[in-house]
Amino acid sequence: MTEPAQRLIGKTGKTANALELRDLSVAYRVGGRNRAVLRNLNLSIGQGEAYGLVGESGCGKSTVALSVVRYLPRNGSITGGAIALDGQDVMKLDAEALRRARAESVSMVYQDPGKALNPSIRIGRQLTEIFELAGISGQAAEDRTIAMLNRVRISDPASVMQRYPHQLSGGMQQRVAIAMALANDPSMLILDEPTTGLDATVEAEVLDLIAQLRQELSASILFISHNLAVIANMCDRVGVLYAGMLVEEGPTDAVFNDPRHPYTVALLRCLPRGGQRKDQGRLDTIPGFLPGIGADIKGCAFADRCALATERCRTEPPPLYDLADDRGRRLSRCHYHEQAQSLPRATPYNVALPSRQAASPAVLRVEGLNKTYGSHGHLLRAVKDISVSLRPGETLGLVGESGSGKTTFARLLLGLVPPDEGGMIELEGKALAPRLESRSDEQVKAMQIVFQNPDSALNRSHSIRHLISRALKRLAGLSGAALEARLNDLVRSVRLTERHLAVKPRQLSGGLKQRVAIARAFAGDPRIVVCDEPTSALDVSVQAAILNLLADLQSKEDVSYIFISHDLGVVRYLSDRIAVLYLGRIMELGPSEDVFAGPHHPYTEALLSAVPKLDQAETARIRLDGEIPSATNPPSGCVFHTRCPRKIGPVCETQEPPLNEAEPGHSIRCHILYAELARLQNKVVQPEPA
Amino acid sequence: MVFLGGQVLPGNVGRAILGPFADQRAVDALNHSLGVDRPLLTQYGSWIWNFVQGDMGTSYIFRSPVAPFVIDALGNSMKLAAVAFVLVVPIGIFGGVIAALNLNRPLDRIISLGGLSVTVLPEFVTGIILILIFGVWLRWLPISAAWPRDAGFFTQLYYLILPSLPLFLVLFGYIARMARSGMIEALDSDYTRTAVLKGLPWRTVIWRHVLRNALLPTITVIATQTGYLIGGLVVIETLFRYQGIGSLIFTAARGKDFPVLEAGILTIGIVYAVATLAADFLYSVLNPRIRLGTDQ
Amino acid sequence: MSATDSSATIPAPAPNDANRRGPLAEVFFSLLRSGTFLTGLAIVMFWVACALFGEHFAPYDPLADDIINALAPPSAEHWFGTDQIGRDVFSRVIVGSRDILTVAPLATLLATIAGTALGLFTGYFRGIVDDIISRILEAFMAIPVVIVALLAIVALGTSKTTVIVVIGLSFAPIIARTVRAAVLAERQLDYVAAAQLRHESALHTMFVEILPNVIPPILVETTVRLGYAIFAVATLSFMGFGIQPPSPDWGLSISSNYGMIGGGFWWTVLFDAIAIASLVIGVNLAADGVHGAFND
Repeated sequence: MTEPAQRLIGKTGKTANALELRDLSVAYRVGGRNRAVLRNLNLSIGQGEAYGLVGESGCGKSTVALSVVRYLPRNGSITGGAIALDGQDVMKLDAEALRRARAESVSMVYQDPGKALNPSIRIGRQLTEIFELAGISGQAAEDRTIAMLNRVRISDPASVMQRYPHQLSGGMQQRVAIAMALANDPSMLILDEPTTGLDATVEAEVLDLIAQLRQELSASILFISHNLAVIANMCDRVGVLYAGMLVEEGPTDAVFNDPRHPYTVALLRCLPRGGQRKDQGRLDTIPGFLPGIGADIKGCAFADRCALATERCRTEPPPLYDLADDRGRRLSRCHYHEQAQSLPRATPYNVALPSRQAASPAVLRVEGLNKTYGSHGHLLRAVKDISVSLRPGETLGLVGESGSGKTTFARLLLGLVPPDEGGMIELEGKALAPRLESRSDEQVKAMQIVFQNPDSALNRSHSIRHLISRALKRLAGLSGAALEARLNDLVRSVRLTERHLAVKPRQLSGGLKQRVAIARAFAGDPRIVVCDEPTSALDVSVQAAILNLLADLQSKEDVSYIFISHDLGVVRYLSDRIAVLYLGRIMELGPSEDVFAGPHHPYTEALLSAVPKLDQAETARIRLDGEIPSATNPPSGCVFHTRCPRKIGPVCETQEPPLNEAEPGHSIRCHILYAELARLQNKVVQPEPA
Repeated sequence: MVFLGGQVLPGNVGRAILGPFADQRAVDALNHSLGVDRPLLTQYGSWIWNFVQGDMGTSYIFRSPVAPFVIDALGNSMKLAAVAFVLVVPIGIFGGVIAALNLNRPLDRIISLGGLSVTVLPEFVTGIILILIFGVWLRWLPISAAWPRDAGFFTQLYYLILPSLPLFLVLFGYIARMARSGMIEALDSDYTRTAVLKGLPWRTVIWRHVLRNALLPTITVIATQTGYLIGGLVVIETLFRYQGIGSLIFTAARGKDFPVLEAGILTIGIVYAVATLAADFLYSVLNPRIRLGTDQ
Repeated sequence: MSATDSSATIPAPAPNDANRRGPLAEVFFSLLRSGTFLTGLAIVMFWVACALFGEHFAPYDPLADDIINALAPPSAEHWFGTDQIGRDVFSRVIVGSRDILTVAPLATLLATIAGTALGLFTGYFRGIVDDIISRILEAFMAIPVVIVALLAIVALGTSKTTVIVVIGLSFAPIIARTVRAAVLAERQLDYVAAAQLRHESALHTMFVEILPNVIPPILVETTVRLGYAIFAVATLSFMGFGIQPPSPDWGLSISSNYGMIGGGFWWTVLFDAIAIASLVIGVNLAADGVHGAFND
């Protein structure tokens, strides 16, 4: 550790990088053993530069951030290398110097702002204490706080200062956290998944804010995210982290458009991009798993999962090759970086999907479904007047932000939650009882669900064999040899093997667990499977495999899906028709292509525009003001009028527009006429976003 | 008085014992929430009404009204409990905080394991050992809590030190443990990370950001300990021959003096309910989340 | 890439080593590594051995009196001295654990079974029945065990069975509360909804789906309760409401001898007090180890 440290100190001078990591190694102590998380990581961020660090879960990206500020978890320790902030060796700082460095030169914003703010101290106090550290107190500190809150575009700073964190929405909380981070005008700002967990429209606002602040302030930025598109839009340079090592680095657009490491190549192929759909071909996947932390890596860390790997890759650790490139310095940790893009697909692209018969009668019909919860004397209309239908083999995508009622709607269909009186759910022409207990076994097995989180959905006390057999017994009525035979079929069809059956869920990775959940849902040959965000807890490479599996099963079994997701790319890939929900209401319903192509509802328009895109230059984006209103107190008239950029006048505030059929099969809930929407939107946005 | 008449009928002793028991529930349940259906309630209505007005009935043994006994005894018990509480709350919290700040170091082990060990010892065991050490061998403290007539405040305090120590020990480990786990949770929280990364001095981080959030749950726990404390009083007052509510109940139970027994237990119920309410109140005052609710 | 990614700052261990063991096996191995647990277990096993085989190596008959040698101080003949009717204290301490080690575990077992059943039903069905039962249990928990026991024993008379039932039923609500909280958390998990979507019966869901997942908190609570059961039995015996003469029970011995400690006959109570202390601490050290093993 001393050798690289000395080199750094020698460099201390005018042109020091804002952040420089030299051979940084970090380990976590787990089960009595030190396990390497970061392995000889080298990275430098220039003054004023925005550097993005991407990688899948467990690759060590948050550990980088925590190492820089020397705030590793109790079981973590820096085992080698050096960290320099503005040329100053962070590892050599004593407690007081470290405190001053945190106070003056480096700040950090992380995921989940609700937890990052102290719940029992007013917002104002949490900001003024930063100024007090710098010797500004009293009225001056208050004034600076107000200025800072204004800077993060909080419109009523004085009243926000009087509030406690829980009285602010997630987006506001994150603005406050950003204000706190920038209050001391740091030279280095670390953003660790700052928008993960926020709704799309709110995320867009926060990202815009960060982009604007970059123009105003001088801070260098280390932006950590799992979301490639966010990094693509925010950063100058990007580093791809894999198993605690940098595998590729370079200017953002160069790396994303012309990747030189097989991992980056594969990762980009996993994403449904450019409006790709299930009938156009499968997504690529990455076989195998990320090496566990502390794994002993002999050659290239990616070799086991790489189709290009040779014997050399397995034995000789590749160095970071410096690639000559006219667009800026590029690095790739691959012996065969010049061939990286010829990486063969792990999953064949071609897929023969039968074209759907449009004429078959609806398998599911929902008419005027409502759900109202009573909470503390308020009525919460979680789902209001939803009517949809579903044909055999069709996928209906449900899109919406938090509070849109999409999960409640799914639970109503399944009978897990009884709807209000008056609505109707019809399965294959027969009315379904509102409560699950009153439905027949046939009806119950015909409609199943794949939950979002397999850890919650699979009973952790039971073996995989028990989980699937029990479903086969109850739903398919099988036993003995017949059950055994069907079990093996089912397990094969979700691409699991015999050896997975004996284990408990916790011994499987997230993707494998989700396959078990899918197998269970398909046990009784369902007509409809509700997929409630089935991939949102998974890494992209795993997500692609699950989406492929769902598409394959659908074409094989002719099952219909109700597919809920907040990820528009994913919904678009899998859905034939899409319903856009906002505050429990359907705002737009139509064939997937029409909804995406437009003309669309102003909310859909904003939603589409809010999603960061990987392969599109920044266009004029539509930004929504304010937060999603509470469903206990929805706005009068059109519920979207408070945020609608296309509001036409008082009619929007007083009268709720009906869901008008604009074109055959395509309905929009808006006072603006369809033709007018088409005119307005063609002026502003391209007809084909993403 | 119908109620009292009913319970002296021969063969109905068990019924009579369950009677005051149900009262206890009634009082607590009423404090928590109404709407719990109890047909027995009306039966005790008049008795409770009299109780509220200060008429607690007449003792079988002493042939005199119960109220003065109970009030005197309660006063004595409160003195004893107050001494124990005044000592244990700050010291227990301090111990827990210190342990958490030295997590997994020797000091933490000593406080945690030591606290655990003394907390689980029955009061009469610690009481006996303390009497032997301080009363019999060292002769520093009186072994009976019965102070001389007209004793001043400090004399009374002197007599109460030894009896309050077992109570102190039982509560110490419990409070220290709660404070410690509250501290650990707060120290590991994101908001503490935020405060540290702001560059605030460690002292400020602890005092301003950690302590308040860490100790909120401890407050509730202290109130729930009132129940245990009262159980402990029965033992301690007997051991030290102290005229408190605990020994009053004990004597009444042995002598089957039902009016005294009932009055004593109802009094305890009220004390417990008041303590719980006070803790809830304090908790909501200190916790903005409850005080202000959510705006959204 | 996972949305919950960056919150996982402490990565889980690699899936292919320690994790391969089942969760219970893992708890078992971590118990074997826990010094706290092993120390506690050793102490408890010592007293269990004494209870089982103590008579064979006790120098005297623990019940045989010897008035001439009454109140003899510790000597070579009587290591721990003799009590007021000349019984050998050492022999009595050796076998004195027998009753408490029968009554306390049985009471704990009763409490665990009743508490688990109550907790499962209230947590699973929720609703109004849960509200009512929970309120009653809460009120019940407000009364100190000593007082409940006092009343029940006055009503029902003293016997080991009464003590077991009283302590068992007093502790049941506490275990029920723990189980209920755990069941409520499990109830939110999607596997319960998945069971409903297979039209499983409520009993199947409760006992086959939920129960295995709430075993860890039940085990932890049971070991902790065992410590408190010993606490309670000893206290009741001391108060004269527990184990009855002529048993050499520790609490009972202290009860009949502590009146004389003012006279300096310390050996009649000290060894019994230390014995109780060691047993209670032993059980709680073991409980602490179990708690730690399940929460790591």
